[in-house]
Amino acid sequence: MKNRSWAFLAGGLLVALLLAGVVSNYASSHPDGLDSSLLKGCTVDADDNIVGGSCPAQQARDHELADSPLADYGVRGVRNSFVSTGLSGVLGVLVTFAIGAGGFWLLRRRGGTPTDGDATTPTEVHPATSDDVRRRADAAS
Amino acid sequence: MHISNGIIDGPVAAIFAALALAALTACVLRGRRDLDDRLAPMAGLVAAFIFAVQMLNFPIFTAGVSGHLLGGALAAMLVGPWVGALCVAVVLVVQALIFGDGGVAMLGLNITNMALLGTAAAYALIALLLRVLPRTRAGLAVTAFVAATVSVVVASQGFVFEYWLGGTTDLGNNLGGLAGTMAAVHLLIGIGEGLITATTVLTVAKVRPDLVYALRSLRAPAAPAVPVAGGVR
Repeated sequence: MKNRSWAFLAGGLLVALLLAGVVSNYASSHPDGLDSSLLKGCTVDADDNIVGGSCPAQQARDHELADSPLADYGVRGVRNSFVSTGLSGVLGVLVTFAIGAGGFWLLRRRGGTPTDGDATTPTEVHPATSDDVRRRADAAS
Repeated sequence: MHISNGIIDGPVAAIFAALALAALTACVLRGRRDLDDRLAPMAGLVAAFIFAVQMLNFPIFTAGVSGHLLGGALAAMLVGPWVGALCVAVVLVVQALIFGDGGVAMLGLNITNMALLGTAAAYALIALLLRVLPRTRAGLAVTAFVAATVSVVVASQGFVFEYWLGGTTDLGNNLGGLAGTMAAVHLLIGIGEGLITATTVLTVAKVRPDLVYALRSLRAPAAPAVPVAGGVR
């Protein structure tokens, strides 16, 4: 990949890390659209716990991995909730990127058929070779 | 929009797990054609970005209700429908297996709604709107906004269908009520999804337009068959 792509990748990851690591602490903790729709018929207290009535949400069961060290977007053992949420977010972004980028890299198409209609960026038949070509071209310009 | 354990019964959840697995396999097979050395790391970034933004529940007008990005439309715009669906699926798997978000037994249902239905609905609209709207930044923004908003409502109705098949509470004749509530709430959440998606796509289109899949594949003029050996520009 070109340097420009690496810069974009690094910039994008930085934004994701900031969102998950810092901004996540300012997220709303109210139930989301689906959970709140399933609460219809029940009354809830200020913490959104069911205190009466009858509704589909009462059928909810515990998560299989509720004891996971990162369950509910917190790091078990970290007392400070700001740090706990932020750290879990940072770990989540890194794990998701590792699995995503790693998996897609293994799945990627190797060898040379052109991408559809992509006239400006021909597919690289031999990535290493073409990178060398480009580096030489960059150096020359 | 993650379904918790116990909300949909086991057999229906198992059927959707099988369906989701089959659909994701198709996405892998078809998505490989799009995945080259450049798209692969970008798709990883899209997945990581969606994970991050999914943590950011925003309040909607209705008191006490929040919503968050699903990401199907964003992924479809940036990396295409096949790889895009896989990006959202990766996020959902990580959330279910590591963060206790969305039951593991419900994973097939959640993937069906958010990764498959949401992305497919979004891409159908993207393909349509990019052809009929003017080729301007405004056209791109409207495309992203509308595709994202509609995709959230479609995903919410996927849940209603699943609930009709295997919901653990008998709603009697009130399934229509659930459908209406879900659609109304998710229209509001969809507006948030639309704003986030349009902002992100416009930002990427400004910095690196070549990294917006929808612009590459839907807007590129019929390309002459360029010999590609060597990859020289």
